[in-house]
Amino acid sequence: MKLRRVSPGIVATAAVMVAVGLGVPLVVDQFQLLQLTVFASMCILALSLGVVWGYGGILCFGQSAFFGLGAYTYAVTAVNLAESTLAILLSIVVPAVFAALLGYFMFYGRLSDVYLGVITLSVTLIFFNLMNSTAGDAYRIGTARLNGFNGMPSLPTFNVPGNPGRLLDPTETFYLVMALLLSVYVGLHALLASHFGRVVVAVRENETRCELLGYDVRLHKLLVFTLGGAIAGLAGSLFANWGAFVSPNVFSLSTTSQIIIWVIVGGLGTLVGPIIGCVLMQYLATELGTQQLANTSLMFGIIFLAFVLLVPRGIVPSLGVVRARLSAVRARPPA
Amino acid sequence: MTEPILQTVGLSIRFGGVEAVRGVNLCLAERELRCLIGPNGAGKSTLFKLLTGQLQPTAGRILFHGEDITGDHTHAIARRGIGIKTQVPNLFDSLTVRDHLWLAARRTNSRPRADAITDEIIERVGLGAIAGGMVGRLSHGLRQWVELGTVLAGNPELILLDEPAAGMTHDEVARTAELVREINRTHALIVVEHDMQFVRMIARTVTVMHQGAVLVEDTMDQILKNSAVRDIYLGKHGGA
Repeated sequence: MKLRRVSPGIVATAAVMVAVGLGVPLVVDQFQLLQLTVFASMCILALSLGVVWGYGGILCFGQSAFFGLGAYTYAVTAVNLAESTLAILLSIVVPAVFAALLGYFMFYGRLSDVYLGVITLSVTLIFFNLMNSTAGDAYRIGTARLNGFNGMPSLPTFNVPGNPGRLLDPTETFYLVMALLLSVYVGLHALLASHFGRVVVAVRENETRCELLGYDVRLHKLLVFTLGGAIAGLAGSLFANWGAFVSPNVFSLSTTSQIIIWVIVGGLGTLVGPIIGCVLMQYLATELGTQQLANTSLMFGIIFLAFVLLVPRGIVPSLGVVRARLSAVRARPPA
Repeated sequence: MTEPILQTVGLSIRFGGVEAVRGVNLCLAERELRCLIGPNGAGKSTLFKLLTGQLQPTAGRILFHGEDITGDHTHAIARRGIGIKTQVPNLFDSLTVRDHLWLAARRTNSRPRADAITDEIIERVGLGAIAGGMVGRLSHGLRQWVELGTVLAGNPELILLDEPAAGMTHDEVARTAELVREINRTHALIVVEHDMQFVRMIARTVTVMHQGAVLVEDTMDQILKNSAVRDIYLGKHGGA
């Protein structure tokens, strides 16, 4: 086996991202561009759970904990420094460190899957309640007031590194977010093709065999979980920058369940799946939001149930199965 | 006398009221091939789990090259050089045969070296026809070979095989016996097996376990003549 060949699917997806990234600002208006910017930011969040759950096999129901922590870290740092570069970096580092600590207790404590789900979900809800109860002047970090359930408005948005006076305009921000999405996507594929990534998948398949081959299962799970936390944190800072606003809602049950729905709908065990699921569901949420007929959460619940019952593997893996069946039918000699 | 590769001293494990392994003293020389037999429930697989750190003994010690490895983590023991083919193969069902061998080889080898070892093991174990196939779809007999190949690719000094011939046809059993003898030229092995024909093909020294303890340890010929062994396998008067 030489250097593993890059699959055409990855190249095609990356090409689409580049085309969208470069082409879209030329053809859409500012409102749509802002919409697409938040879609792309959320795609990064979807990728973070896609790798932790789909490849690491770690049932994380609280990916929003790291997303929200990233958003708040960005908000607090940016308000205090009035400069975004360090804020973005910290919004990756702080959730990663938190994920590493949480993961250490979970994986080295040998907790099983279901408990991981329960604990991670509880953690994000604890954050939700905690941030909700930070109203009042007493709750401030430096000059940044946390403001409880009202959230933190008027956050400084991204500036050119080292030049706080020069803010990124919406088009530049879109380029940045698309470039980050592309980097995360390609970077994760490169990681999964590496020795480490292949062991991570092997751990998902059979922990006992990995240990019997001399691989430290706990360490591999911890590292992939931490990486997921870092990526979710990055998405959090992009989200906070997008609206120049952050509220405890980033930790809420509806946020965390949305991430799970994106991954389930798009397809577990792929990277392009969570991206497709995320874009589809967000588009749907936007459209549903424009009418009064059906409640958005209700519709999401119905879609989620439909997928779990009818397309449990998600869109992308199911397309693969359909394609395989079609080619099998074609290959069969006529009766 | 050279230092034994593996030694257990009074190794025991108790599950509630049952002592599944009782005071086992086992001594294995470098490049020795030892067969471990005994009726169901004799404690053979449990002993293997103790040796690989999947279970922790309630008493006794395990020495590998004279170093105490009792209580070490499974992966740490594997890193020292003990590989095991488990009774029910532990495999990565959605990965290919090639992936298995590569992952085993890659832990201690560079990427090109791991690629080379993978090809070599595919050739040696005869996995060529299924190398690119997903392991989840293979028969039990083939899964046995995939796991054996995976263990070999990791090149551990001591190899434990738990029922390597189970689920195989007569020809496959003969092929496995040949493979075990070949492996034994460079590695120490402990083989648990029920198939007496297979044991006869490979055995030199045989350890018989019964109710968690070592009953007798002798050459294959002596074991076959041993009335106590016959009794536990056939019942007290079964052979008469």
